[in-house]
Amino acid sequence: MSNIVSVKNLHKAYAGGFEALKSVDLDIREGEILALLGPNGAGKTTLISTICGITTATSGSISVGGNDTVADFRAARNLIGLVPQEINLEPFETVMNTVRFSRGLFGKPRDDAYLEKVLDQLSLGDKKDAKIMMLSGGMKRRVLIAKALSHEPRVLFLDEPTAGVDVELRKDMWEVVAGLKANGVTIILTTHYIEEAEAIADRVGVISKGEILVVQDKAEMMAQMGKKQLTIELSDPITDIPQALADYALERAQDGLSLIYTYDTRGERTGIRTLLNDLSEAGLKMVDLQTQQSSLEDIFVGMVREDA
Amino acid sequence: MNLTAVKSIYIFEMQRFFRTITQSLVSPVLSTSLYFVVFGAAIGSRIQEVEGVSYGAFIVPGLIMLSVMTQATSNASFGIYFPKFIGTIYELLSAPVNFFEITAGYVGAAATKALFIGLIILGTAFLFVDIQIAHPFAMLAFLVMTCFSFALLGFIIGIWAGNFEQLQLIPLLVITPLVFLGGSFYSITMLPSVWQTITMFNPVVYLISGFRWSFFGTADVSIGLSLFAITLFMGTCLTAIWWIFRTGWRIRQ
Repeated sequence: MSNIVSVKNLHKAYAGGFEALKSVDLDIREGEILALLGPNGAGKTTLISTICGITTATSGSISVGGNDTVADFRAARNLIGLVPQEINLEPFETVMNTVRFSRGLFGKPRDDAYLEKVLDQLSLGDKKDAKIMMLSGGMKRRVLIAKALSHEPRVLFLDEPTAGVDVELRKDMWEVVAGLKANGVTIILTTHYIEEAEAIADRVGVISKGEILVVQDKAEMMAQMGKKQLTIELSDPITDIPQALADYALERAQDGLSLIYTYDTRGERTGIRTLLNDLSEAGLKMVDLQTQQSSLEDIFVGMVREDA
Repeated sequence: MNLTAVKSIYIFEMQRFFRTITQSLVSPVLSTSLYFVVFGAAIGSRIQEVEGVSYGAFIVPGLIMLSVMTQATSNASFGIYFPKFIGTIYELLSAPVNFFEITAGYVGAAATKALFIGLIILGTAFLFVDIQIAHPFAMLAFLVMTCFSFALLGFIIGIWAGNFEQLQLIPLLVITPLVFLGGSFYSITMLPSVWQTITMFNPVVYLISGFRWSFFGTADVSIGLSLFAITLFMGTCLTAIWWIFRTGWRIRQ
């Protein structure tokens, strides 16, 4: 798959000296859903704003569909739709009018049939002549999506689309996103809900303190999540792992007072029973056993904390 | 050049104007009518002719200028301040448009509204006083240029303003005094000589004088100087806006 967005060595320092982004490199593949996961203030919104042209970069370069976002800003921005985090809408305008305005801003000729189709997809068809101030919060968020889609973009940025949205509406939003992906739109969404990234993303990027810590296929991350650890505490410390136990992936810990066994919960056999047998045959006495499972949340929290 | 975007902004802004057409038009027409009644009929009847023109007719160009300048400024400043205030400016900043297209859309709409109001006041004036327009095309040209240049000024104010008070501050503290002291209601030759000299530093004097010339063929300053002043003013505003968008001052972080 080719990259539709390519961010190289992006650096952003605000006027006060705060470094929102420190040398960010990120490639976004065409057609994928990439979730950017990070705590508040990690730089998610700054990254999106800089790609979309709302914020200017201090240094570094961004290209969208092969067009530099500064030198070829028109070509680059034509490909981008942006759904901001805040509900920023003209309260006195009608839905159709504001969506039409967005399309016009991007230089596209008026096409009400297309816009009505977009509104229908977002279940706003019957609200097209309603004033925005009359709509519920969830509908307003969908109007923002309709505006972002009004000029038929190839890349859609969703900045925390489900922040402060109830569970049902969140599921609706995920369906909308899945539908857009099916239409071939590349989607980048920021979130601090891990379950959201799990539910809809193809790849997950973790960002913290202005740095991208990792970008990984969700499946790979899930595989890490499937790993479980068994900690065996011993009554007497050992200096070496006995030869009889060499076949197991064991690690010595606490100066030989415990052994850690990592296994895959999804494997056919965990090998715990035979391990415990072999342990007693090797003459090791167990004091206690405990198991731990790492979740995406642990991975995430671990990474963010290491970074601190 | 993204002409569709310019058109979209223009139409969007004009729709706002027509949605509130009553308040947009009633208040300037009403206040101008009051000026005509008070200055034209009540006080004007005690004042002799000014530069060979009856006082009621003499104040017509000044009154139109007063309304046009304040309307152009406030419409343009509100037009760009409102998206900033409610946050919809993100869309302008992320759209494939440059500063010139954004400015053309907002300033064009604000200038059109002001022109509309100016022409309606002129129409109202015909009901109260007997006036002839000596140079109708020059009159229209002056009116259009004034609408545009003050809309440009308003656009800058709208970008600069951080709250609604500041939005009102410049028009109230700067433009209204300059317009009142710029000879809207008198010929500057009526002032003591010291004040005549001071008045020459008021840019509005040149605009009102030129506009009045297009009505009566007489002016306080030469028509060439008036044209030069308005061109200079327009150029200064355009340069300021170009700088604002280049540096992102007050709009882009």
